[in-house]
Formats: sequence, C-alpha cells, structure tokens
Amino acid sequence: MTAIVTVRVQHEDFDTAAEIAALGKGRTDIGAIVSFSGLCRGNDHETPISALTLEHYPGMAEAEIMRHAEQAMARWPLQGLTVIHRFGRITPGENIVLVVTASSHRQAAFEAAEFLMDYLKTNAPFWKREETEDGGSWVEAKSHDDAAAARWTK
Amino acid sequence: MKVKYFAWVRERIGKAEETIEPPADVRTVSELIAWLTAQGEGYAYAFEKPKVIRTAIDQTHVQPDTAISGAREIAFFPPMTGG
Repeated sequence: MTAIVTVRVQHEDFDTAAEIAALGKGRTDIGAIVSFSGLCRGNDHETPISALTLEHYPGMAEAEIMRHAEQAMARWPLQGLTVIHRFGRITPGENIVLVVTASSHRQAAFEAAEFLMDYLKTNAPFWKREETEDGGSWVEAKSHDDAAAARWTK
Repeated sequence: MKVKYFAWVRERIGKAEETIEPPADVRTVSELIAWLTAQGEGYAYAFEKPKVIRTAIDQTHVQPDTAISGAREIAFFPPMTGG
C-alpha cells in the first residue's frame, strides 16, 4: 500500500485520537504508530502565561514542513505520517502541534517523529508570542533546540 | 521585489510587506540587509544584529551569501520558535 503523508497548517484545533486512527485505518502493514502532541503551557518558568499567539509564514510553513516530511519518508521505512501545526491565539491546555508516524516497527516510527519535531522547532516558520500580565514578549529561540536538530545531520 | 517581515522584525519595521527596488550593486542577502538597515530607524533597529536574522527566498531558507537576483519574494524573520 502507498504511504500517506498529510501536512496541515490551520488555526482550528485537531482531534489527536482521530488523526492516529485515520493513519492506521484499513491497513494491516502497520505495526507501530508514534504520536507527539505539543501543548500550550500556562507558565514559562515562574511567569504565568494567559495565551500564546503563533505567527506563521503562510505558504512557506506548509512547504517547509512538507520538505521535512519527505526527508523523513526517504530516511525511514514509514507507512505514513501526519503533521498538523496550529497558528493564531492558543490558550493553556490547548494543542499546538501534532506529529504522527506509522511504520512496521517501532524504532523507525519513534526516530522519525523525533526528527520531525526537532526540525519543526528550528526550521518551520512559526514564531510564538507570550501574553503575560505585563503585556507580552516574543519567545526566544533556544540553543538546545538547534543542537537537537543538528544531531540528525551526523 | 517583494519583501516580507515576520514577528519582531515586522514590528520594528512597522509593516508586514513592501515592494523594494535596491540598486544593482546589492547582490547578496547580507548586502540587502545592509542596504535595508540604512532605510530608516525602524529598519536599523530590526537589523541591528544582522547575524540573528534569518532569510528565505521564494519560501526556502537561504544563507547570507546567497545571491538575490531573480528572487520574487524575500522574507526576513527572527530564529523560529514553533513546534
């Protein structure tokens, strides 16, 4: 059966269980499905956060995620993968991002999910702005995220 | 060419996009950043640390030494913080 690659960039929330079920539906060649959900936290260290606003670059966001999805498909034996990334205002407890990978065996599914998340963090054109009591500020990029993405080039 | 700005680069410049016509001797991304820096206070503030700025040409990441000739759309933005 052919592999199914789904990339969506949207404001609306998504149903994690439904996305996992959709990837495996009607197939008997998948032995492992791994999913990662990124959620909006209600604090950054000690500072309470009332919401995050995610700005994105329409067009490039989809294209960049698709480029990494294709790299993952080429690098691991996957039966399919789904990436959904939200934009706009998101409040604590809500979903931000979902990565689902399907393979015959768990190792490929785990590794591909981690690869996709590491690259989403550093290469997908999204920017988080935190809303706090005293206004808000842009979230700064973290060097450990760059290091996490760099290990896949070894 | 069309230029787009995102996140705090957009806020500091005060606009999300514009059409620019840099002179012919502006050939690379870093030369374009240097030229934009001289276009006003907001630009100087946005590009005060040029090494921090990321650039995409026609929706693909590029490096500071990439040539800008033939570009339809150039975007400048801070390091990404999605995921």
